[in-house]
This record gives sequence, C-alpha cells and structure tokens, in this order.
Amino acid sequence: MKSATLLFEATALTTKVKVDDVSMVFNGDGKTVRVLENVSMAAGEGEFVCILGPSGCGKSTLLNIVGGFLQPSSGQVEIDGEPVRHPDPRRIFVFQERGVFPWLTVRGNIGFGLNKLPREERRARIEHYVKLVGLEGFEYTFPRELSGGMKQRLEVARALAVNPDMLLLDEPFGALDSITRLVMRRELLRIWEAERKTILFVTHDIEESVQLADRVVVMSARPARIRRIVEIDIPHPRDISSPHYLELRDSIFAEIGLANKV
Amino acid sequence: MKRWESYSWPLLAAAGCLTAWYFAVARTHTAIFPSPIDVEHGLVELVREGLLWRDIGDSLFRVGVGYGLGVLLGVPLGVLLGWYPTSAVTVNPVIQMLRPISPLAWIPLAIVWFGISSFSAIFLIFLGSFFPIVVSTMSGVRNVPEMFRRAGLNFGLSPAGLLRRVVFPAALPQIVVGLRISLGIAWLVVVAAEMIAVDSGLGYLIIDSRNAGKRYDLVVAGMLLIGIIGFCLDSGIRRLEKVKSVRWGFRYE
Repeated sequence: MKSATLLFEATALTTKVKVDDVSMVFNGDGKTVRVLENVSMAAGEGEFVCILGPSGCGKSTLLNIVGGFLQPSSGQVEIDGEPVRHPDPRRIFVFQERGVFPWLTVRGNIGFGLNKLPREERRARIEHYVKLVGLEGFEYTFPRELSGGMKQRLEVARALAVNPDMLLLDEPFGALDSITRLVMRRELLRIWEAERKTILFVTHDIEESVQLADRVVVMSARPARIRRIVEIDIPHPRDISSPHYLELRDSIFAEIGLANKV
Repeated sequence: MKRWESYSWPLLAAAGCLTAWYFAVARTHTAIFPSPIDVEHGLVELVREGLLWRDIGDSLFRVGVGYGLGVLLGVPLGVLLGWYPTSAVTVNPVIQMLRPISPLAWIPLAIVWFGISSFSAIFLIFLGSFFPIVVSTMSGVRNVPEMFRRAGLNFGLSPAGLLRRVVFPAALPQIVVGLRISLGIAWLVVVAAEMIAVDSGLGYLIIDSRNAGKRYDLVVAGMLLIGIIGFCLDSGIRRLEKVKSVRWGFRYE
C-alpha cells in the first residue's frame, strides 16, 4: 500500500530512479549476511531523497547498487527506464571528502571528468564550479592544504562539473564538525536549487534528513527494509523550530523507536 | 629550528668529527690510518693527476646506466604486476627468491658474461636496483585505495585511462620511495663491483691504492668521496618527494 502511493507520487514528477524489489546477500567467510530485503522505492526527476537508517544497516549498499558499483542479488534498479549495470558519469557517487584526488589541484580535480571537452569550455566549466562551491582563490591548491569542508565542496564540484543527472551522496558530511556540517547543508541546498539534480542522500542523522529532503526513506536495522517513507512538505528555507517541522521529525524519531529525549 | 641552525649545527658536528679524528691519529702515532691532513694531500694529488674526476665520472656513469635501466624496466613491470593480481601471484615467488641474493653474489657470473668491463658493473647495479623498484611499485599499485579506482570508473575512464590517470599517480609516492631506496643500493653496489669487476671508478681507486703501495690516505679519501657523493645523490632524489603531486603521500613536512 505504502509503496503504491509512493510510486504514484514519483510518477507525478516523472520517475528518475526506480528501485524494484532489491535484495542483497553477501557471502563471505562461510557466513551469509542479508543486507537488503525487498527494497522498493522511487525518486522523481530533480527530487531530493534522503535514505535514513542506523549505521551499518545497508543504506550505503543500496546507494552503491544505484550507482552501478554492486549488482543486487535479486531485483533491479532502473534509471530513466534502463537497468543499471555499471558506473556511469550520468550519476556521480560522492564519498566523504576522502574521494578527492590528492595528486591534483582544485582545478585538476574539478576538471577531472572534462578532458574530452575543448580547452576553452573546460576552463569555463572549471571556473563556474570553483565559484559555485566558493573555492575562488584556491584553484591551484592541493587538497591536503584544504579543510574538511572545502574538500567536501571540491568533491561535490568535481561531481557537478560533468553535468550528471544524479548525485549519490554517501554520508557526505559525516566526517565534518557540526558547525561545518550545518553550513554544508545550506550550501548543498543552494547548489541543488541552482542545478536541480536528482539527489539520493544517505545519512544516519534524522535532523539532517528532515532539513534537506523532499522525502525521507526510513530504513530498519539490518537486513534493511523500508519502514516508512515520510514526505517533508515544508518549503525551503525551512524553519526548524516550526511545529510542522518538529512534528515530522518526531514522527521519524518515533518510527525508529527512539523517545525524543536525551 | 632557525634557518642558520639547520646549517651551522651539522657543520659544527662535522668539524668536531674531523678534530677528533685528527687528534686520535696524532696521539696514537698510527702508521696505517691517515690524518685528515694526509687525506687532503692525497685528494689534491689525485686531482692534479686527473684521476679523481675520471674515477668519479666512471662510477657515476655506471650507476646512471645501471640504475636508469632498473627504473625503465622495473617501474613498468611493477605496475603490470600490481595491476594484474594473477600475474603478481605467479611471478612473486620468483622475485622474492631472487631479491635476497646480494648483487655481489652475481659477480662471478657477471665477469664470465661481460668480462672485466663497465658492463659487468652496470649489470650488477641494475640487479641491485631493479628488484626494490619492482617490489615497491607493485605494492604501491596494489595499495591504491578502492575509493580512487571507483571514482575513476565513475567518471567513465577506460582501463588504460584508469591506470594512467588514477592508479599510477596514486601509487607514485610509494614508487618514489622505491626509487630512493634503490638509488642508495646502486651506490653501494657500484663500489663493490668496481673493486672486483672493473679497473676504474671509486671502488677501484680504493682497492688499487691499497694494493699498489698501501696508500691509506687515498683509501680514506676514496671512502670520504663515496660518502659525500652518496649524500648528494640522496638529497637529490629526496627532492622528488617534495614535488607537489607526490608530496601528499609523505607524512612529514
């Protein structure tokens, strides 16, 4: 029933990603670990979807399957109606900031996926994305001299520069301090509003998901199933002390089985 | 440490060693071990006879060719072995077995194959530098973080592109470590090789000075030169570690 309404909503936007009854089982050391169980969900074109679940539940595995880095044990993922079989520059996976190439400068990283473009266009794109993520003045700096937040922005810029339709973000702000994390959320929303990519954003942070997403897919502990999909119908910029925000947030806390108290 | 300190303290230490050496020789009245002043006279004599530059030049030439071949063949082979895990499994035992054989053990064969010539020395230097380069390159390539490979694939790179634009630069710091270690080994090997397999070079200078007249001043002069040149070679190759696209792989600054 839930998934039926979900599919309905998604088609209203034209479906970008369709995860169809995906299960994942890992075999290793003579043990069988069931990681994902019958996961079905969808995301519309330009939609911001958070996949929320406890650490180690398998949400990263789901994102890797959508990215084409892993093949599911059963079920399949379709993007634009085509089954996903391998990684593709149309959907860029953003790791925590450790994914930037330390041997390249900021410019070199942003231009990494652009070497087929004519020189002039390449330069223009690099400049555009340097500016978009606020790294002006650091064009020739190497990543080791950048802060964690700057590296994260660099990785997002590198991903956006190849003009993908989708960004797959795997706990992108998990390694940042809490203040930088807040700044980065605002930055990401600003970039998303400017570029309107479809975003799948994996997180274990309830507040983060309610602040960012159009919809939050709440997953259970391993083997991960979808517990509920919560629509966050609050326009941006969101007032995070409004009753409606708190109500949505608390409903997710309750869903995960946590009392909203410390 | 202030700038002047980084020069003056080491110089002071060197001066201290020379002084101690001088007085130790003077006090013991040894007939064999030369004093620093004898050594200096010996060096001047060598320069005047034109032997010194020739010997240094010969030694550096042999290291240049032998080590150069080691780099040219060792790096590509190491990349290949690191890239194809099956090939590494196949060849690794052979490499690991050949590696601990000192290049000096090859001297008899080298002389049989190449005679008393520069080729013998070059061959030994090549052996000494080749294996460390292969092994460090191989492990550098194998240890490239999975995340970098995946990011490269995500941007649509072909296998060749992935190797050239991601795997090789990611492995480069460890390759540079191998280059540095093996250059040190090459310089150790050249001296030993020249004592036996050729009749010129710094190693030959040392052994010849002893055999032809027990000129220990020249023996020690040769040793000092080997030390100084070795130090210069190492400082030179250390500069590679400071190159910006490599420096990220080294912890110290």
